[in-house]
Amino acid sequence: MTNRILRLIAVLFALALSPLPALAQGTDFTAMVQALGQGGFPDREAAMNALVATGDERVPPILQAMSDGTLFVRKSDQRVLFAAKSGSEFKLTDPVDSSNAGTATSKDIEKVKVNNGLRGKIRTAIGTMTLLSPDRASRLSAAQSILKNADPAMLPLLDSALAAETDPAIKSTMDLARAVIVLKSDATLDDKRAAVDTIAAHGDLDAQTVLVNALAAAPDELKPTIQTGIDAIGRNLQIWQVAQNLLYGVSLSSVLLLAAIGLSITFGVMGIINMAHGEMVMLGAYTTFVVQELIRNFAPGLMDYSLAFAVPAAFLFTALVGIAIERGIIRWLYGRPLETLLATWGLSLALQQMVRTLFGPTNQMVSPPSWMTGAFDVGGLSITWNRLWIVVFAIAVFVILQLVLNRTALGLQMRAVTQNRRMASSMGIRTPFVDAMTFGLGSGIAGMAGVALSQIDNVSPNLGQGYIIDSFMVVVFGGVGNLWGTLIGALMLGVGNKLLEPQFGAVLGKIIILVLIILFIQWRPRGLFALKGRSIEQ
Amino acid sequence: MITQLILRALDKKAVWLVAVLAVIAIGVPMLNLGLPADHPLHIPNYAVPLFGKYLNYAMLALALDLVWGYCGILSLGHAAFFALGAYAMGMYLMRQIGARGVYANPTLPDFMVFLNYKELPWFWNGFDMWWFAFAMVLIVPGLLAFVFGFLAFRSRVTGVYLSIITQAMTYALLLAFFRNDLGFGGNNGLTDFKDILGVNVQAATTRAALFAASAFALALAVLVCSAIVNSKLGKVMVAVRDAESRTRFLGYRVDNVKLFAFVVSAVLAGIAGALYAPQVGIINPSEFEPGNSIEVVIWTAVGGRGTIVGPIIGAIVVNLTKSIFTSGSSYVAAGVVILIFSAIVAVASGWTKGLIVIAASVAIPVLYGLYQLILYGNFKLPALSDVWLYALGGLFIFTTLFLPKGIVGLIAQWRTMTTKREQHDRNATSPVDVEAGVDPEPNPAE
Repeated sequence: MTNRILRLIAVLFALALSPLPALAQGTDFTAMVQALGQGGFPDREAAMNALVATGDERVPPILQAMSDGTLFVRKSDQRVLFAAKSGSEFKLTDPVDSSNAGTATSKDIEKVKVNNGLRGKIRTAIGTMTLLSPDRASRLSAAQSILKNADPAMLPLLDSALAAETDPAIKSTMDLARAVIVLKSDATLDDKRAAVDTIAAHGDLDAQTVLVNALAAAPDELKPTIQTGIDAIGRNLQIWQVAQNLLYGVSLSSVLLLAAIGLSITFGVMGIINMAHGEMVMLGAYTTFVVQELIRNFAPGLMDYSLAFAVPAAFLFTALVGIAIERGIIRWLYGRPLETLLATWGLSLALQQMVRTLFGPTNQMVSPPSWMTGAFDVGGLSITWNRLWIVVFAIAVFVILQLVLNRTALGLQMRAVTQNRRMASSMGIRTPFVDAMTFGLGSGIAGMAGVALSQIDNVSPNLGQGYIIDSFMVVVFGGVGNLWGTLIGALMLGVGNKLLEPQFGAVLGKIIILVLIILFIQWRPRGLFALKGRSIEQ
Repeated sequence: MITQLILRALDKKAVWLVAVLAVIAIGVPMLNLGLPADHPLHIPNYAVPLFGKYLNYAMLALALDLVWGYCGILSLGHAAFFALGAYAMGMYLMRQIGARGVYANPTLPDFMVFLNYKELPWFWNGFDMWWFAFAMVLIVPGLLAFVFGFLAFRSRVTGVYLSIITQAMTYALLLAFFRNDLGFGGNNGLTDFKDILGVNVQAATTRAALFAASAFALALAVLVCSAIVNSKLGKVMVAVRDAESRTRFLGYRVDNVKLFAFVVSAVLAGIAGALYAPQVGIINPSEFEPGNSIEVVIWTAVGGRGTIVGPIIGAIVVNLTKSIFTSGSSYVAAGVVILIFSAIVAVASGWTKGLIVIAASVAIPVLYGLYQLILYGNFKLPALSDVWLYALGGLFIFTTLFLPKGIVGLIAQWRTMTTKREQHDRNATSPVDVEAGVDPEPNPAE
């Protein structure tokens, strides 16, 4: 028993003693900071050098404050403190542990004075500490701050840092900073030309601004070189801009492809326009929402994989709804395509209202999985993960659908019915069964499109309405019953839309696309890839 | 030749219809203005523009019927012509406001001052003169229909493809009119009308006059349509609807026939829109919504396409039903409407189908109630206004499934049934009722 108590006391002692070295170091550092407030300029410089020698990460802000004139000494206890003016008083902060040190009036405190010589040395010291710091982030921010200030005095330091630097991103920022400084300094014309080239090679918007700013102050001999540099950067930026727009276009195309491809199948095989197609997309998105809520409540660990469950669930659910619609309504209307259009429109109204009744008219929250959030850069392009995954998903759906159509018995039957219904029927294909399956397949794909759209759009009862007209345009443009036509239609519409957008704005761009499609249909009334046949009505 | 045309237009049915419309045109304003407010036959002030609106819708439906019912062109963009006519009228009404607007600018309408316009856009010139504006009501929709139809019919865009590009047309116009810099008031459209032809547009007498004008315009449209469909050209139109290629091979210029019908129809729709704008007091881009055009199609289908009176009945019946459902009337009224509709279906296509309609109508409120019961523990029926979209959706579905010829078709069917029964003793064979020219097998090309 006593033994145990003794042991406990020993442990407590050890615990109490262990922070002591740190504490000692702390007081030591505090004393070094306090030294800044004592004596004349030479003493201050010595104190500064001692601080720099510690390599402590708290030093650069203190030095910066000293240079900026926000470092003060409190007269009452000679403590060195940060002071920020708030109203008529100063708020004081301890520079060592950032604790609050109360307030003071201007009479109670005195500024730690610096002269120009010392200011230059402070800058070098900060630069040395940060530019040569082992921490990557602080090196990068130091390089960026030098680039922003472009102080010629930093040139020697920058050169030495450049020699030691290994990280390519930081190195390129330092290169740029060096070139900018050279441009400002009184270096030889050739050096300046080289600097301009370096900046131009950098090629982003910042570099262009630097050159534009330099243009006014530059000597006449240099002006053409700078102008060429600006133009080169402008061209470069324009190319990246076009590439970025193309990328947006591809992303939009993938969404359009997903929304339209199911429509294309039902339209091609059965010759009917399914106005409720958009609602199948909407039901797919709501299925995603329901699946996610179920997982959130019963298996929160699987949240990141909820989409893996949502895709088959949405496919099955919407396919079943589709088959029910086909058996219940559409099969009574064969041979009357225009009336099918009306009936399915009525259906879409009822389905929207049903979802509104069940889930309410407001948007539902579908949270994206962690692997679909964020973005990354490639050159001058910024790509978001969710858009990229949707492109991948659209391609996968397209490929699988091609395989289903070309490699399975059902696909063979579907193609046969598309090409000649009566002949297919005569050969023993059960056309009603094929119709139901086709409609189910088309609706199921719409449901999967809904899963994808739930990641980038609001899940609301009106979700499908926003895509239905665009999907029609894709199908009509691409030609019916041809998946490649749909693919090309989606690509041309999506990319065309996004390429027109910067010039004309989103709405006008869309209007132009619609008018172009209307005109295009005059030229090819059956779309880009029309089915060939010998009937006069084709 | 023209007298002959008019005489032919005034066949027995059309005469009756025009007579009824004339009675309404004179009678309703008289009952509204001439009788004291507490008289049982007095028509309240709010009802006059409401009924006037229905008549405009009826005219729009009749215009659509001319192309769809008689010529086989299913336009899903007819509300665009209607809205263009309404906008032309709206521009005239805006110019009549003059300096009485909020910003008191003598020439620029309020929204232009608000949007920093310095001067009137060129296409607003002339709209201060009534004759110019009224001419534009005819010309703008007509011209659009001519250009659009010329291109589409010449390259033989037919069937579903045509429907879709007409929808694209109205969608493009919707997007365009939403833009502020197009110069038509953007999102808010044109509103705050003050005067029409020098009289206050809000006054009861003006409203009554506008109602009478709507009824007379509809009567005129009936005459025009009747004259067209009873002429030789009308026969060709029906031929185009039923067998387009055959008509072409017989030597008729199918494109021109269609173009004629399309343009006439667009002009009629434009007139309907022009009468609509002053009665509802606002015109905004939502009139271009593709859904609106599709709704016009369902009015026509409910009433009976391919007849003159059908679309008029359809438009009025559906819109009355909409008022019953959305204005918060009782469940009893809605139930009566549903029962009547089921009865019509039962007579037209057999009692099982009537029962399906009743079952569907009962199922939705009951299921909603059960859903509430499970969720909140008390059985509660949905608000009637929430049921309207179900009802409209059901109307689309059941009409196409069970009433392919609409209400008017039902009457005709009932008539042939009675004559058939009389003939039954003499002739036992029952003629098969196949819609002329339509391939009973689904045709993948369509």
